[in-house]
Amino acid sequence: MAQFSLPQNSKIDKKAGKHFPAPAGAKNVQTFKIYRFDPDTGANPRMDTYDVDMSTCGPMVLDALIKIKNETDATLTFRRSCREGICGSCAMNIDGTNTLACIKGCDEVKGAVTVYPLPHMPVIKDLVPDMTHFYAQLASIEPWLKTDSPAPTRERLQSEEDRAKIDGLYECILCACCSTSCPSYWWNGDRYLGPAILLQAYRWLVDSRDEATGDRLDALEDPFKLYRCHTIMNCSKTCPKGLNPAKAIGEIKKMMVERTV
Amino acid sequence: MSMRSPLGQARGLGSAKDGTHHFWVQRISAVALIPLSLWFVFSVAQLAGGDFYMVRHWVHAPSVAITLVLFIVAALYHSMLGVQVVIEDYIGNEGSKIVSLLLNKFLHAIVAVSTIFAVLKVALGS
Repeated sequence: MAQFSLPQNSKIDKKAGKHFPAPAGAKNVQTFKIYRFDPDTGANPRMDTYDVDMSTCGPMVLDALIKIKNETDATLTFRRSCREGICGSCAMNIDGTNTLACIKGCDEVKGAVTVYPLPHMPVIKDLVPDMTHFYAQLASIEPWLKTDSPAPTRERLQSEEDRAKIDGLYECILCACCSTSCPSYWWNGDRYLGPAILLQAYRWLVDSRDEATGDRLDALEDPFKLYRCHTIMNCSKTCPKGLNPAKAIGEIKKMMVERTV
Repeated sequence: MSMRSPLGQARGLGSAKDGTHHFWVQRISAVALIPLSLWFVFSVAQLAGGDFYMVRHWVHAPSVAITLVLFIVAALYHSMLGVQVVIEDYIGNEGSKIVSLLLNKFLHAIVAVSTIFAVLKVALGS
């Protein structure tokens, strides 16, 4: 359901933010303004300000977050794992854009670096959003190879041309940057599958080895699951992997029309 | 708070197996509106400053009356489809949504019939 204003207890308390200054003598200082929310305190969210000595910090925003957690404020909570843009754990909103903290350079941001959790998701704590529904939506499209033909004794063959069709799709790391940048997903995320899940759906629709194309299209043909996409293109603009979910959704719509006309 | 499983919630009521027709006719009406809108704007610009009799003379031509009715049908059908999308996007409350969707269809039907009637009255009148 479209919800345009935050619930009362989710609004940022502008007076509650704390300031953590850089160590005395630090010359190369960059400021990080970070969204903080702790469900255990019952308090509203706040923005804490951390001044980080960049001369002793790695180049990426994730390096700064880890440095803050290690040296300044151990309560800062965020997800991270691979630190090289392949796991998708550290997806967050940095300087107004959804991206991965591990591949976003601090020097790419002019002035203070603002860091929020992924937009319009329930927040578990600080920069950690609740991804339960997103993952359930992924499961709902059954993202695995489905065949009725007997399994071959060797691998399932695929021509080079057919293999090339899943380029630009298989690279998706399911970080959810695209889905959480999509206004349609904000307003109708309970029913609309969103760009990340639809890109995954297309990855299986276009796989020459899959035999369930018709069933997959049946399951997607819905005013809300698929047709909430209005080609806003935020998804393709924000994807930290440079993929094009909007194009994948367009291809699904083409397949839908193709089987009716 | 629902205790339904996340997958159950995500699947919801399943696919409506519908939506492609809406998507496709919205595009067909959009394509039809490209020449019809250009024709309409160009024609009305030509009539600028003219009086009712000049317009009546223009609408009297069968080709003009037919094209005007085609323009009205295409424009209002396209508009109805578009407003329906806006309602589905932004109105979450089920009751308000149903009422809005009904009003959308009724109002567009009323405007369509009224404008077609007006064109025919002028075109077929003496």
